[in-house]
Amino acid sequence: MDFDLSEEQRLLKESIDGLLTDSYDFDARKKYQKEKGGWSKAVWGKLAEQGLLGLPFAEADGGFGAGAVETMIVMEALGKALVLEPYLATVVIGGGFLRHGGSAEQKAAHIPGIIDGSKTFAFAQLEKNSRYDLADVSTTAKKKEAGWVIDGEKFVVLNGENADTLIVTARTKGGRHDKTGIGVFLVPANAKGVTRKGYPTQDGLHAADITFTGVEVGSDAAIGDPENGLPLIERVVDDARTAMCAEAVGAMDESLKTTVEYLKTRKQFGVPIGSFQTLQHRAADMFVALEQARSMSMFATMAADFDDAKERATAVAAAKVQIGKSGKFIGQQSIQLHGGIGMTQEAKIGHYFKRLTMIENTFGDTDYHLRRVTDAGGLV
Amino acid sequence: MDLAFSKEEIAFREEVRAFFRDNVPPETRRKMVEGRHLSKDEMVAWWRILNKKGWGVSHWPKEYGGTGWSSVQQYIFNEELQMHPAPAPLAFGVSMVGPVIYTFGNEKQKQYYLPRIANVDDWWCQGFSEPGSGSDLASLKTKAERKGDRYIINGQKTWTTLAQHADMIFCLCRTDTSAKKQMGISFIVFSMKSKGVTVRPIETIDGGHEVNEVFFDDVEVPVENLIGEENKGWDYAKFLLGNERTGIARVGVSKERLRRIKELASKVESNGKPVIEDQGFREKLAACEIELKALELTQLRVVADEGKHGKGKPNPASSVLKIKGSEIQQTTTELLMEVIGPFAAPYDEHGDDASNETMDWTAQIAPSYFNNRKVSIYGGSNEIQRNIITKAVLGL
Repeated sequence: MDFDLSEEQRLLKESIDGLLTDSYDFDARKKYQKEKGGWSKAVWGKLAEQGLLGLPFAEADGGFGAGAVETMIVMEALGKALVLEPYLATVVIGGGFLRHGGSAEQKAAHIPGIIDGSKTFAFAQLEKNSRYDLADVSTTAKKKEAGWVIDGEKFVVLNGENADTLIVTARTKGGRHDKTGIGVFLVPANAKGVTRKGYPTQDGLHAADITFTGVEVGSDAAIGDPENGLPLIERVVDDARTAMCAEAVGAMDESLKTTVEYLKTRKQFGVPIGSFQTLQHRAADMFVALEQARSMSMFATMAADFDDAKERATAVAAAKVQIGKSGKFIGQQSIQLHGGIGMTQEAKIGHYFKRLTMIENTFGDTDYHLRRVTDAGGLV
Repeated sequence: MDLAFSKEEIAFREEVRAFFRDNVPPETRRKMVEGRHLSKDEMVAWWRILNKKGWGVSHWPKEYGGTGWSSVQQYIFNEELQMHPAPAPLAFGVSMVGPVIYTFGNEKQKQYYLPRIANVDDWWCQGFSEPGSGSDLASLKTKAERKGDRYIINGQKTWTTLAQHADMIFCLCRTDTSAKKQMGISFIVFSMKSKGVTVRPIETIDGGHEVNEVFFDDVEVPVENLIGEENKGWDYAKFLLGNERTGIARVGVSKERLRRIKELASKVESNGKPVIEDQGFREKLAACEIELKALELTQLRVVADEGKHGKGKPNPASSVLKIKGSEIQQTTTELLMEVIGPFAAPYDEHGDDASNETMDWTAQIAPSYFNNRKVSIYGGSNEIQRNIITKAVLGL
């Protein structure tokens, strides 16, 4: 039992915090947002230079063989700075599919491009009516000679507009809700029959709705078993949820800090508003919510090493419940304590609120995950 | 960062669990599970078993009879004790006055009092709160006037827990009325059998008798009963209250109560099926378990931090323990109320009588719910805890 960072982990934290302090203040973020695609290639290059894009990959694949704690450290830092670059979509999710399910050839073909920053990924999973159910897949992948033909529509694909490679879930067999018969496919974004309609998201990121019309890929496009991809999908999405929990903790932490700073400096009735007990106790409750969220982010991180897939899933779901609740409370109260200025696009605080709100609604909201924990028979 | 218990820690947990299983009197455990009051004799008997094993004052320094356990081991011990469940060692002696005596007392006081505390030869109670001094404790008025080799003590304490059993009291008394309020307070211990001490019971909303008013009318106390220096009592009180905070999350108590909720919710029916199968109820239960897991980890972060960096600097997360711990305890008693529904109503008038076992188990559930409103009030109310976070953590 040890909650301290190792020397190496501490250095990692310093390195990413340092990089973001230098290159990611709020004004810089606004500039990056206006660049083509909505994020900065230069920052992405710096992340690659510092080895952060290669962190979770095995040394044999050119990475650093780092674990879940390292990803937590990075995601928390990215959350603090409200980073726009597609780390989650590319390294955590795209990389996750390759690490957990990719063949040696697939790894060799794709991982170097992630590590050196030349290629980004997007996970095309959500469908019009699938909501949070990962097994609800209507997009089809039909066998054609040695390869596959993919048809269907995917929505709100994070980084979908910019990605070089799409990871697509598609049904190879069975009915819409069957847990078996789902495959995971690597599809070049420029493949014939792929149509992308990109747009910004509420939190300043970018996503796309993507249509697949008779898209032909080779037999080497399938990651893992094309007829039983759900366990792999659940595994990688749990990693993504865990990473988002850490990102949310970073965002909550900075949101509270910013708010407390505001309480100290904003004066009304001739005194700093932080001298009013109502506001002090609200801030104290935000601190409680933050620490509970931090503990559960660690719990989800720890669960990455659980052997039992059910136990892991329940732990991650529980963390997502806590992060959802804490994130909503801290996000909303940060705006409230800022008053009118918190309502403006110009102030940074509202952007934390927006990111936290979108995190809650990604890969299962609080109610959804509470039901999962309930159906698993609870936690204790 | 390694968030799992070590092999040694897991083995330690087994050892502790086995000892409780083999040594806690079954009747004591049963009453704890059912939320009944224990008699003084039952509690003292169990604490002496614990002391004989060498675990009566486990967190004390080894030279005074402690075990030398790590912070994590101490945590495991407390949790297993709460989950068994068995009565925790009497906090007023073991966690409060004991550490004050071995830290600030003189040699003679240490030699006399510490073994007696460990073996519960004296039952201690706490003379802090007064009718006009609750959260604003330093405004206390009980006076100790020095006359030759004695203090003459006059005043009143209140909320004195289990004073009806007590042999000794540690008391904050004003010894200098001219000083600023925190400065003129002394920490004095004396016998509850002294002439001029009167104990009057306060009946709480659950019908129980846990707390009392204690009156001092010209109580004569030898000056050697002063602990530490005169007028430095506030420092000792702060030290004592700081020690109190880390154990206050009571994660094990809430875990045991969740187990009890599931047990009872499997027996009681609602709409023709056990309450435990009701989706709405299950979700509330799961939400409570998630809160508790978060609290458990927050507690472990504090414990691991203390183990590594010493207890000197309080971990900023520790104030969370009191607030969340009390809220969760209260939620668990609410869930129990929900399980039994209309059968919460019958009142066992003799619920405080340990010999009365005729009432069904349901009779203890509403009193426990009522009684647990106290946990967000005592030990520094949750509003005071928020003040602490405001000042010590947020710097507002």
